[in-house]
Amino acid sequence: MDTDQLIRTLTADNAYRPRPIGLALMMALLAAAPVSLLIFFAELGVRPDVMTAMHNPFFDLKFAVTLALAASAIAVSLHLTRPEASLRGFGWWLLIPAGILVAAISGEMMMPQRTPMMTRLIGKNSMACMTAIPAMSLPLLVGALYGLRQGAPARPAVAGAVAGLLSAGLAATVYASHCTDDSPLFVATWYTLATAIVASVGALMGKRALRY
Amino acid sequence: MREREDEWTDLMRSAISGDDAAYHRLLKAITPVLRAAARRGLARAGQPVDQSEDIVQDILLAVHLKRQTWDTSAPFAPWLFAIARNKLIDALRRRGRRIFVNIDDFAETLPGETPEPTASPGEVTAQLQALPARQREVLQSIAVDSASIKDTAAKFAMTEGAVRVALHRGLASLTAKLRDR
Repeated sequence: MDTDQLIRTLTADNAYRPRPIGLALMMALLAAAPVSLLIFFAELGVRPDVMTAMHNPFFDLKFAVTLALAASAIAVSLHLTRPEASLRGFGWWLLIPAGILVAAISGEMMMPQRTPMMTRLIGKNSMACMTAIPAMSLPLLVGALYGLRQGAPARPAVAGAVAGLLSAGLAATVYASHCTDDSPLFVATWYTLATAIVASVGALMGKRALRY
Repeated sequence: MREREDEWTDLMRSAISGDDAAYHRLLKAITPVLRAAARRGLARAGQPVDQSEDIVQDILLAVHLKRQTWDTSAPFAPWLFAIARNKLIDALRRRGRRIFVNIDDFAETLPGETPEPTASPGEVTAQLQALPARQREVLQSIAVDSASIKDTAAKFAMTEGAVRVALHRGLASLTAKLRDR
């Protein structure tokens, strides 16, 4: 097929309109969400004292951190679907959840505490956190990569890592309602480690899946 | 140069709003620029330039299939050159060379420079043979026999909608095969 013939063929396909990538990503995430929720309700479930916990600002702050991570990672993911885009000028979005976390830690430091710092940091659920967040993230990550495949990222591994952050943010939001450790020190340690694992898996998968 | 790029942006906007003639003109206009750049990239990497047409076709397919990642309010040329650079790097990497692609390979093309294709490209043609029969027949009918969608539909006793689907799927799987070879 010579190039003129190829051009003629592409022109014949001009009427084809793919769905917007944002919509494709949302639909893929919605399709994957039930799998993650199934893992959550089968293995973990919402903590029994959730009604009282909601009055604890540090319980609520966990959701602020994880939702900020999910939202900023979704925005950056969509930005990175463009071939000429890079993290430059956009990457700082991902610092928003870190900023909330730092503010929460300083807030907690200023309050009188009954338990020592190390006890709060190590908590009771570190192992559950480190397994549940990656396990619940995985279906979401596969969904996110599927939706983002329509994009044309310059660096597929970076785009995959951000897709990992996105799915870890969503999974951690659900997991936070199970976890009884509310200290921002616990979140900063274990949630961050779990998120880093998912981001690395995302980078590895994205490197192949998001090439165009 | 600015004028040329503004013209591309206008053509692409018209193409996206359904103007097939504008799309054809755009693809015709960018091809010599891509060809010159692909040749320069190959030459710089110490590769024979007669493979440039494969790279040009690779870029054109990516431009087509990734159109929706172009922001219609942004200029077209930076988007195009980002895709072209990516495909050129890919092609050189596949040939096992150290990569040195300069952005100027694309930007500095002179308007008068319109090289003709050197050799007939083999890669798209080879992968075409590996497609499912229906997709291959539809692609060949439109590409090689220059039949319209309507004529192709009549020839294979398909609906026009089915021809369009087979055409798009054919182009998408062709691209996937080129990427994963």
